[in-house]
Amino acid sequence: MRATHHPKPAIAPGPARGKYSPTVGAGSQTDDMSTSTRQSAGKPWGDAVFRGATLAFAIGILALFAAMIAALWHESLPALHKFGFSFLTSAAWNPVKDDFGAVIPMVGTLLSTALAMLIAVPLSIGVALFLAELAPEWLKAPFGTAIELLAAIPSIVYGMWGLFVLAPVMADHVQPWLASHFGFLPLFKGAPMGIGMLTAGLVLALMILPFIASVTRDVFLMVPKNLKEAAYGMGATTWEVVRDVMIPYGKKGIVGAIFLGMGRALGETMAVTFVIGNAYHLSWSLFAPGNSIASTLANEFTEADSDVYLASLIELGLVLFLMTFIVLGLAQLWLKRGVAGGGKP
Amino acid sequence: MKRILFAATMFAAATLGATNALAGAVINGAGATFPYPVYGKWAWSYNKETGVRLNYQSIGSGGGIKQIKARTVDFGASDAPLKPAELDKFGLMQWPQIMGGVVPVVHLAGIKANQLKLSAENLADIYLGKITKWDDPRIAADNKGLSLPHQDITVVHRADGSGTTWIFTNYLTKVSGEWADKVGNAKSVAWPVGLGGKGNEGVAAFVRKVDGAIGYVEYAYALQNHMASVLLKNRDGNFVAPTSANFQAAAAGADWAHAKGYYMVLTNQPGANSWPITGASFILMYKTQQHPERAREVLKFFDWAFHHGQKLAESLDYVPMPEKVVKMIENTWRATIKDANGNPVWK
Repeated sequence: MRATHHPKPAIAPGPARGKYSPTVGAGSQTDDMSTSTRQSAGKPWGDAVFRGATLAFAIGILALFAAMIAALWHESLPALHKFGFSFLTSAAWNPVKDDFGAVIPMVGTLLSTALAMLIAVPLSIGVALFLAELAPEWLKAPFGTAIELLAAIPSIVYGMWGLFVLAPVMADHVQPWLASHFGFLPLFKGAPMGIGMLTAGLVLALMILPFIASVTRDVFLMVPKNLKEAAYGMGATTWEVVRDVMIPYGKKGIVGAIFLGMGRALGETMAVTFVIGNAYHLSWSLFAPGNSIASTLANEFTEADSDVYLASLIELGLVLFLMTFIVLGLAQLWLKRGVAGGGKP
Repeated sequence: MKRILFAATMFAAATLGATNALAGAVINGAGATFPYPVYGKWAWSYNKETGVRLNYQSIGSGGGIKQIKARTVDFGASDAPLKPAELDKFGLMQWPQIMGGVVPVVHLAGIKANQLKLSAENLADIYLGKITKWDDPRIAADNKGLSLPHQDITVVHRADGSGTTWIFTNYLTKVSGEWADKVGNAKSVAWPVGLGGKGNEGVAAFVRKVDGAIGYVEYAYALQNHMASVLLKNRDGNFVAPTSANFQAAAAGADWAHAKGYYMVLTNQPGANSWPITGASFILMYKTQQHPERAREVLKFFDWAFHHGQKLAESLDYVPMPEKVVKMIENTWRATIKDANGNPVWK
């Protein structure tokens, strides 16, 4: 989320508003100063209390984070003891023999997310560009609102739609077509059931598309007009302006939006559970059913009756937590590097 | 929480205009999803008659067992009976409340309900992934005159842990040595093939959506969704249809009197008409009750269900417990459920 706001401060002192900024800036500054002087004179402890309170909140967040990790760690101890590191390399999932490994749900989570990103990112950047740049003025507001409303649809509705509407279409039309044209690839082999990794990726893509699209649109809208106008003035085409001005300017915001979507896709539960097929099999085929960490947890938590079973599920939760953490951490690092390398135009 | 529940019930009772002295009492239970439809109906009728409200959360058998062990509910419900040793360990007792059937259903073009015949071995081999096509000679041998498509079999099972799965895999374990060795009997197992649907409704939805699918659901779901159930070969070698009468036939021969702690599984029972995948759903309570008057309310409800709830149960295609078993169960209540001073709760 934070990443998406990066472009804002970059624009605030921007030259576009330079004409007005002296008066506005000076006015608000005087206001600020007089208030703070008054406060510190009347209530000398006010600032300290405020600082302390915000500090406490900030520490509280960190403490909560640490407590969650600690609790997950503690609750998954029976599984950690029993399986050790092999939990991360074993493809077993056998509640009868109490033998568990995270490979299949991990692969399923990463694969369905990757599929979703592959589909959603180009689409949503296209949607955002259309909304920000190309759409006629009267269409922008209703279209934009519609996209934002898509983001408000509960994920279980996407799941049901995926199962009852998308899955039959996939089974009857999309998968047979893929199999007959690209069937030589192992990716598109197997019975077209309409339920499986490909459908899960597609539903996820539709779910995260509005998130990425609406944030990216906001980012594009923040590109200073004079930059674009300068480019147009030099004879650039719309495509050149998009490619050489808008995308480079909004790069960090777009990456932020993408990671926001990715974070959502990694942890998405219900929509995936409906269509992924919930089976512990590894397959090269995208038609085959698989499983993700979140849907494993949703399906099996209530009936996990042995200690190791329950602990293994909690350890899966820990794995998902760490996976999300690593992905978002890498995103932050990447963004920082972008700043250091002079990512802005 | 209790206070909120209490307030909510008072409100409900007031709006219903119940004048009964017991109005406002709430019984809390949690567990199996398999008997949820009938418990729900019973609760509604019982509430109309007595004003006592039953709050049953169908969170799954495992959840029910966990909640009763944590004493957050007055009774737990499970489709798989607890072993006598486990009952003793936690000071619990159990009894069978209702019976029903688990039914394999298929989705094959041109094949209607109760046309396809499956032997126990073939059903096990389909779920083991050893029979993969519908026109496999082993299936065809039992189905002369039925044109079976040359189509992949898509196996559908439960994705969540479930008592229905426990009954189904219990049956497969009894009829197939290979199933017993490789997979076993539990509420969730490592399925050799297939895809998983969440809940009976999830399995039903997958079977209805996927051409060439086979799944297993409890009888009521098969009926309500107009699904094509199959004829199964039972222990006596007859192909039988899943009907209430055949569930009852399986239950009729059961020797509950000699089942310690009512630990009894009704799968693969003898009898010419016995449906082989029949199961009972169990209620769990503590032997020693801290709040005997609450426990009495619970027992009163189940007593009412035994004696006045049969019609409702049958209308939902469940099988009520036979009269002599009910007598046995109520004697067990008297003998084992005590208050803190050792006096029987049920008189």
